[in-house]
Amino acid sequence: MDTVSKDTISQKRETPGRILEIRRDFPILNRQVQDKPLVYLDNGASTQMPKQVMDTINAYHEFHHSNVHRGVHQLSQEATELYEGAREKLRAFIGAASTKEVVYTSGTTESINLVANSYGLANLKKGDKILISNMEHHANIVPWYMIAKKTGAEIVVIPILDDGSLDMDALSELMDNNVRILCVNHVSNALGTVNPVKEIAKMCRDYGVITVIDGAQAVGHFPIDVVDLGVDFYAFSGHKMHGPTGVGVLYGREELLAKMEPFMGGGDMILSVSFEKIIWNELPYKFEAGTPPIAQAIGLGAAVDYLNSLDREFLESYENDLLEYATEKLKSVSGLKLVGTAPGKISLNSFVIEGVHPHDIGTILDGEGVAVRTGQHCAEPVMDRFGIPATTRASMAFYNTFEEIDALTDALLKVTELFDVTD
Amino acid sequence: MLLTNRSKNLYQEVILDHNKNPRNYREIEHPSHFAKGNNPLCGDKLDVYLIIDDKNVVTDVSFVGDGCAISKASASIMTTLVKDKTIDEVNKLFEGFHDMATGKIEPDEDPKLRRLRAFSGVKDLPARVKCATLAWHTLDAALKNQEIISTE
Ligand SMILES: Cc1ncc(COP(=O)(O)O)c(C=O)c1O
Repeated sequence: MDTVSKDTISQKRETPGRILEIRRDFPILNRQVQDKPLVYLDNGASTQMPKQVMDTINAYHEFHHSNVHRGVHQLSQEATELYEGAREKLRAFIGAASTKEVVYTSGTTESINLVANSYGLANLKKGDKILISNMEHHANIVPWYMIAKKTGAEIVVIPILDDGSLDMDALSELMDNNVRILCVNHVSNALGTVNPVKEIAKMCRDYGVITVIDGAQAVGHFPIDVVDLGVDFYAFSGHKMHGPTGVGVLYGREELLAKMEPFMGGGDMILSVSFEKIIWNELPYKFEAGTPPIAQAIGLGAAVDYLNSLDREFLESYENDLLEYATEKLKSVSGLKLVGTAPGKISLNSFVIEGVHPHDIGTILDGEGVAVRTGQHCAEPVMDRFGIPATTRASMAFYNTFEEIDALTDALLKVTELFDVTD
Repeated sequence: MLLTNRSKNLYQEVILDHNKNPRNYREIEHPSHFAKGNNPLCGDKLDVYLIIDDKNVVTDVSFVGDGCAISKASASIMTTLVKDKTIDEVNKLFEGFHDMATGKIEPDEDPKLRRLRAFSGVKDLPARVKCATLAWHTLDAALKNQEIISTE
């Protein structure tokens, strides 16, 4: 293809052997799609699982499966031990002080709904303000909208700058004594922006504002420490950190969780029940009604082990190289404009191509084996902010290679040729 | 150009042409029938305008909107096909198109579908069927006097 010769900006780069070795842990990366090798660049939606995680889940099913916290028999005790063991791994993974602060949920969405209902509903009233950033995923908007409607609290939007950074000056100005809760993602799934959560949390403490941080896109990319960040609530999902779907975590400061009422009622979350009086179970079980996602939680523990076994500092700097390379390569695509260019982004590029709808890009890329996400990324306010209907998003993980970025670029050049896009 | 067959099948010259130069892309000031179509999944939006005379014949039809190449080309080709047809004929065409897009019939099975065969490729792409049928669903809603429809 002659358009490729246009690419003189960046040298081809070779993927380090350490990365190629890591790739071998992910069987799915070897599959073909439309007779082409899969190029998986939809890690923002869901990351792939290493075989270590799948093996752990399998072993659980083949050998230990039983219900937790309920039986005196051997299997139930083993299942409980594995399930609680995974909780301890997660506690250490996020730097929480105690496993009482680590609540299993079905994912980020449920985690935030839990806070909105158990904390928000009880503590908000008319005249109160909830600050929500303009770059939130619908999961950190809609639950608050629902609670605001019930309580009469007001939602106030924290604006973002043209490069996709949070407008910190505007935030300082919005802070006042009526603000009760601030909701912001650690990393934006639509833009890749990494928000200065530590600084935001400090500002919030000064005003007595509770922070609800959506960490869904952060945990898979860099280590986090909730105590160092100084946040009140931190939510994330297993399937975005190389664990299974169906499980996630809500971290909450013990002092806050202790005062909150349960979100859902049922088995496991009570100490005693009579028709006259119910006593809630202790933390964190108070928030875990019914049979939890046991295998998934254990699988998530294995994902933590897996991430801990890797040199995460190296992976972070490698992902930075990938991003830099991808950003450079994408410049060779006519009419392409990046949406979100904040400094210090995670390895994610959201973009539009003049005159080509993202869905057409997505379909053509899929035909080339390249999996990307197209659409609004459950973040319609971000799209409105930038005045675009949708974007195409290539979101990378540490197992992606420079060659895969080349494949993405080649596929995009086919799109621009087909649609006759010129600069 | 070395595109896979699937993409070549879908993005045929006729679709690319109608995407770039959509026909009947305008508002009609006093339509007898009108509807707004919306595919919230991808943010595709289009408005369909019709003038239908007292013999139930479509004497004018147009559309405006934003969407992917498939939905835009489908709307454009639709307007060229339904003009001067009776409502009955339009309904039959919609039915045939729908069956073809969802893989229930092959385009060759129905001579009416000759000019719509470019869209038969979407049957292998479940996520794109709605793009191809949005204009038709909107037209259908206009004929039934439902002003806003969503294909989700
Ligand atoms: C920033 C962000 N928040 C929340 C979510 C929702 O996560 P889940 O669907 O796992 O609850 C996502 C996932 O798309 C996300 O990217």
